[in-house]
Amino acid sequence: MTKTQTKQAKATAAKDWNPSIVVFACNWCSYAGADTAGVSRIQHQPHFRMIRVMCSGRIQPSFVLKAFEKGADGVLVSGCHIGDCHYIFGNERALEQFAKTKEVVHLLGLEDGRLRLEWISAAEGGRFAQVINEFTEQVRKLGPSPLSADSDGGQ
Amino acid sequence: MANLLAIAKRTRAWACYDCGKCSATCPITRAGGAYSPRRQVLATNLGSLDGLLDSSNLSACLTCMMCDLRCPAGVNYTELVLRLRELSFREGVEPECPHGGVLQSMMRIMAAGKTKQDRLAWLTGDLKTSKKEGEVFYWTGCTMFFDALFPELGVNTLEGTRAAVRLLNRLGVTPVVSPEERCCGHDLLWNGDKENFERLAKHNVKLVADSGAETLVVSCAECLRTWKLDYEPYFKGKPPKIVHLTEYLAEHLGELKFKHQDEQTLTYQDPCRLGRHLGIYEAPRKVMAALPDATLVEMPRSGKRAVCCAGGTWSNCDRFAKHIQVERLLEARATGAEALVTACPKCQVHFRCAMKDPNLKDKIEIPLRDLATVVLDALAE
Repeated sequence: MTKTQTKQAKATAAKDWNPSIVVFACNWCSYAGADTAGVSRIQHQPHFRMIRVMCSGRIQPSFVLKAFEKGADGVLVSGCHIGDCHYIFGNERALEQFAKTKEVVHLLGLEDGRLRLEWISAAEGGRFAQVINEFTEQVRKLGPSPLSADSDGGQ
Repeated sequence: MANLLAIAKRTRAWACYDCGKCSATCPITRAGGAYSPRRQVLATNLGSLDGLLDSSNLSACLTCMMCDLRCPAGVNYTELVLRLRELSFREGVEPECPHGGVLQSMMRIMAAGKTKQDRLAWLTGDLKTSKKEGEVFYWTGCTMFFDALFPELGVNTLEGTRAAVRLLNRLGVTPVVSPEERCCGHDLLWNGDKENFERLAKHNVKLVADSGAETLVVSCAECLRTWKLDYEPYFKGKPPKIVHLTEYLAEHLGELKFKHQDEQTLTYQDPCRLGRHLGIYEAPRKVMAALPDATLVEMPRSGKRAVCCAGGTWSNCDRFAKHIQVERLLEARATGAEALVTACPKCQVHFRCAMKDPNLKDKIEIPLRDLATVVLDALAE
């Protein structure tokens, strides 16, 4: 392959590139919200893998960092709206854990836009689709994570 | 098998004559844990991996080196654990980090070296540092990460880091504090992940060599051990002079002017890495003795006999570790000292965690301070 060809191949690859996003969703609200989006046949971006946990309060910094370590381009943490937690205060714990996670991700040098927290209820299928679309676009603009195999090495 | 034989030879495990002093002195065994150093040595000598690499057993060791010092046959027990952990990591057994592996992920992301860290936001305007070159390199360690991860414990290890820079400034030194510093890899090494440790070691050794620094001042006891003992194979040419902050201060005590303060009594926790691993007992005591109005009261178990904070290597935390910490804090309180001083940020994290016990809080709480902040407070303007 000549240099121009390599450049062209890279440009096409970038255009066709889709991010790999990890979505953490709680069993009672966000996961059910994704389900609502599905049964209502709302179209949305498909480039994410969803991990269901019982409560967003379970999502510790280690979960998110492991995803980034393994090359995720973006991580979305989601749970019930404040006040609606199935376990009363689990999402308040989630807020505390998320604040720590955000700081560590920042210290490590990953862009702040690769991590996001959203509250999505079981009824909000439309909102789920909208959040997924927005976040996918946001991550797509940032490009591959420097830690992913798609990246050319960062720095 | 051949591996095990080589390990037994290298660590002198074969010299064991089964006296059991190691297990009698092991803080975990004494606290009632199922774990026993003696059994580990004997199993190695038997040459069978059966049960030897069981992670609940292998990661229970604090690697505090208490048994090494007691052993009349000179078995390098802590090195044995290190080699066995390397072996076990290769077999796919990983310790279960009490924090869900967040610290291991952090270290591996740093080892990958593909991101630009934002680790110097704590540097305030009044601190004089240089980013690239200088005679003295100050190694910060990962205190900014500890403070970010454990705010609920009231951990403030950065205070010690800032104090260290300020003290160096007061001695007329503008140290290199580099944004390119990465974790020293201590915990990855002790978790058995040699590959990622090597990545970090090579990067860090080059970073300090490129700065042209002749002296490397380190304030974390674990980083210091890693630099002094575990980085040795990676140095090219003459390595810098590597000293702990307390050693540097002890050397330059004459240049520091102290003021009179309210009288205070302090007690000192010897970090296992600084004490038993490196034999540095005198420097921190010399520095404290130089403070005009501070009196050091030793705990019954101090110096070589000092008990570890029971949290080394991010691979073990259980009820036995908690028991050890509580006993240690009771011991510190019993001295009547107004503060427990330490020279390692990890001790601070783990003791602060233990002090959160709601049932024991009133009995074991004691102000916990980094030695650097104590010295800084005593300086004359």
